[in-house]
Amino acid sequence: MSLDKATVRRIATLARIEVPEAELEATAETLSGILKWIEQLAEVNTDAVAPMSGGTDLKLPWRSDKVTDGGQRDKVLANAPDPQDGFFGVPKVVE
Amino acid sequence: MSYIIKGDTGEWEVVIGLEVHAQVISKAKLFSGASADFGAEPNMQVSFIDAGMPGMLPVINAHCVQQAVRTGLGLKAKINKRSIFARKNYFYADMPQGYQISQYDMPIVGEGILVLDMPDGSTRSIGIERLHLEQDAGKSVHDMHATKSFIDLNRSGVALMEIVSKPDLRSPEEAGLYLKKLRSILRYLGTCDGNMEEGSMRCDANVSVRPVGSTELRTRCEIKNVNSVRFVMQAIEHEAMRHVDVWESGGKIDQETRLYDSNKNETRAMRSKEMAHDYRYFPDPDLLPLEFDDAFIAGITSTLPELPDDKKARFMKDHGLSAYDAGVLVAEQENALYFEEAAQGVDAKLANNWVSTNLFGLLNARGIPITESPISAKNLGRLLQLISDNTLSSRMAKDVFETMAETGKDADAIVAEQGLKQITDTGAIDTAIDQIMAENADKVEQYRSGKVQLMGWFVGQVMKATQGKANPGVCSELLKKKLES
Repeated sequence: MSLDKATVRRIATLARIEVPEAELEATAETLSGILKWIEQLAEVNTDAVAPMSGGTDLKLPWRSDKVTDGGQRDKVLANAPDPQDGFFGVPKVVE
Repeated sequence: MSYIIKGDTGEWEVVIGLEVHAQVISKAKLFSGASADFGAEPNMQVSFIDAGMPGMLPVINAHCVQQAVRTGLGLKAKINKRSIFARKNYFYADMPQGYQISQYDMPIVGEGILVLDMPDGSTRSIGIERLHLEQDAGKSVHDMHATKSFIDLNRSGVALMEIVSKPDLRSPEEAGLYLKKLRSILRYLGTCDGNMEEGSMRCDANVSVRPVGSTELRTRCEIKNVNSVRFVMQAIEHEAMRHVDVWESGGKIDQETRLYDSNKNETRAMRSKEMAHDYRYFPDPDLLPLEFDDAFIAGITSTLPELPDDKKARFMKDHGLSAYDAGVLVAEQENALYFEEAAQGVDAKLANNWVSTNLFGLLNARGIPITESPISAKNLGRLLQLISDNTLSSRMAKDVFETMAETGKDADAIVAEQGLKQITDTGAIDTAIDQIMAENADKVEQYRSGKVQLMGWFVGQVMKATQGKANPGVCSELLKKKLES
């Protein structure tokens, strides 16, 4: 499977990554290369193999319903470019 | 009650499916240890996971899993012992991760059923498609600054259950009944408080129309985040009319997300629609599959309360109540509990009348919930016993009820204080009747010559003579005997 320029442009928009028009062609080739490599894996017959979520027997760890975190507004806002009265300030987003 | 829209080209029916986001009742969030409480100072309940900081790993809250399974059981749904968390990718200022952890093709709960209680006493089953767990987003505040929005992440990461119905609903009324019933079940289960005003229950409606008799499903539109039952019904009604107009004028409906404006009573397309449905779901690599065994499910099943449908059936069978009356009483668990306590040892229909009419009337007038009722269930129960054993006439009981509402005292104390005991002793009533007949020989004559409507006047006189304490039944019986002898 190979990607065309329009598809790459759309993916870039969805991912909020700016890809200059001049680089679209090259980016399409790079991404297509990755996809080809993934397609190779699909050639392996896995009919008798149950779907796996990893290579180990790890189980999802669970946590009890206790409040153990929070109350650290200064740290949460430490890297915010525009903190406002305890909020994150951002350019107006209203639908 | 079929809901038909009469267009210029023929009759149309509306096809509705609802997606409800119900906030899970839990202390901590779905994947972090920050508090899930409502109403804290901005950004005071935020962990680095909720803030989308790099390198933080989500760990699932066991109680939220139990709550989802519990809700699934309450909807008689298939519980999936293995489910997968997926990333739903989109950008919004109040969603710092850049994706929402949700479930996609393998949700924790599969198909189930919700039974609507129709106003005529009949029922109608609506299919549940699925229920899945997901994170809530943060809150954007737009009115604190002219050019900026303010973001509070306290809600970011709080556990939500998205409950999706099948497109089985056929009118705005049914959609309203569905929401009320779902809310009732969630509150019985204790898995969501169902408060639409505070946003702990939110609803998106998928609406399409088709010609009556057709079974096709036409293009639907999704109306987002409508925050009351009444607005959901209005939004659906409006949207269905819009579809009929578009189809009949030869146009085509685009599948899109629309917002409902309750001030203008209209829906409009969201501006960002062209990217809205490309979420690029994929399994979240930070989370292994969610798995549990039958014993886990059985443990939850054993703690389920009696749910509204079962309670309604029992009230009809054991207490002889109508489907409508039973449905009203069981809608809120607190009301049903109150009724059962008050109705102990007395006629259930009498108890229902007093609870549904007098008590609910009082509570509505004062705008308070039943848990703050000035008259306890036990005290109302005692009042009902005093009516049943003829100590009080129903007129006297109404006065005692008023006094109970004012003072919070119990019925016995009020009866003793005011000397209200109803006279059923025929001797005392006899004496009063004899005296009245002697003093009003003209009226007795008129009655005997055919003016039987004077009976009411005589009963009134006896009541007056006994300060309203005579039992009206005994009274008219004795009067009749004496006047007609």
